[in-house]
Amino acid sequence: MDFSGVIPAIPGMWNGMLMTLQLMVMGIVGGIIIGTILALMRLSSNKLASRLAGAYVNYFRSIPLLLVITWFYLAVPFVLRWITGEDTPIGAFTSCVVAFMMFEAAYFCEIVRAGVQSISRGQMGAAQALGMTYGQMMRLIILPQAFRKMTPLLLQQSIILFQDTSLVYTVGLVDFLNSARSSGDIIGRSNEFLIVAGLVYFTISFAASRLVKFMQKRLAV
Amino acid sequence: MNYNWDWGVFFKSTGVGSETYLDWYITGLGWTIAIAVAAWIIALLLGSVLGVMRTVPNRIVSSIAAIYVEIFRNVPLLVQLFIWYFLVPDLLPENLQEWYKQDLNPTTSAFLSVVVCLGLFTAARVCEQVRTGIQALPVGQESAARAMGFKLPQIYWNVLLPQAYRIIIPPLTSEFLNVFKNSSVASLIGLMELLAQTKQTAEFSANLFEAFTLATLIYFTLNMSLMLLMRLVEKKVAVPGLISVGGK
Repeated sequence: MDFSGVIPAIPGMWNGMLMTLQLMVMGIVGGIIIGTILALMRLSSNKLASRLAGAYVNYFRSIPLLLVITWFYLAVPFVLRWITGEDTPIGAFTSCVVAFMMFEAAYFCEIVRAGVQSISRGQMGAAQALGMTYGQMMRLIILPQAFRKMTPLLLQQSIILFQDTSLVYTVGLVDFLNSARSSGDIIGRSNEFLIVAGLVYFTISFAASRLVKFMQKRLAV
Repeated sequence: MNYNWDWGVFFKSTGVGSETYLDWYITGLGWTIAIAVAAWIIALLLGSVLGVMRTVPNRIVSSIAAIYVEIFRNVPLLVQLFIWYFLVPDLLPENLQEWYKQDLNPTTSAFLSVVVCLGLFTAARVCEQVRTGIQALPVGQESAARAMGFKLPQIYWNVLLPQAYRIIIPPLTSEFLNVFKNSSVASLIGLMELLAQTKQTAEFSANLFEAFTLATLIYFTLNMSLMLLMRLVEKKVAVPGLISVGGK
């Protein structure tokens, strides 16, 4: 074991970490937006909308993320060509971001749905009594409270996503894990770099999950 | 639109021996199930031991289990897989190393690594479920068992665990399903399980959409049938008198 090669490789791994963080942030933001729309569809009284959202969630929750990433990587260029009629080259990064957004949306949908359902019915009644439309009620009354309640769960899911971004290895995107692996391979020290990568992932996830636990205690009513 | 849809592709010959693409999927599914079941057995056994350790009235024992859980939950599955596949064999004693790297065929060594990796990874999650199950029981159960003169192992074996397992069947089911989904990482170390076979089919036949649709359908069906099966089990063994009885 010789860890002396790690220091010079830090800039490369830092770039990898930036890629990991980008994937994570875009996956979270997109996932929460799509997930919230899905959750509202699931909760709506429109049968068709709620069935559609239910099917979406069931579908994405029963297949592996790795399958989604691989499929999107191969299929998104095809689909784009059908839509636009011309070759639109998109990189592995875009297809991975789309895959994360759509996959995580299914999980975020369930979190948001549980959050909305945990708000007491009286809130809805009061909003309606004030003459608010459905959109106003959701935007101004229900969702702000629901999001506050579900912050810990959303963060926990984000930590899982942070770890899952390492799966982009399969399409050759240079995220943190991949950058650590290639830096290690170059100098013949792949084992040492694997340990370093594991330690970094552990430190970040562990610190973040401690923070979430702390928040949970403070947010508890 | 220059894509040739061809749903009959699965019955065509792959050009490798006399196999059809469907044969590839069947082989792949076989590996997926083998990995998942083997890993689940490890996870259930080790997870139960750890879960008990976490609730035992002994600081040292319970913190060992707690540390285990934190380590295995906070390192990405793929990193853990690489550690078991690339790093751990290098740390083995000389003769074992030779056996693992040269005598074993590459599929078997990849299989062993994946099973150990997924088993230990999932054990951390099972541990948390078992702990939750034990802690969800009324304290009276333990006290009553103590009053009857049961020793600690007897309390766990005869009183706490039989009830705890029955409460945690729903979360255990979802962990079980996760093992199936997570087994797809095996494709990244060259094991030809379902996802790897799907990728290969897509590349050989150029029928990308059919190949992935079939894989999705297989995963979906597997998930749904296991879920229904576990729901039956759950009803069968429900603890009478608890609110949780009768599903959600």
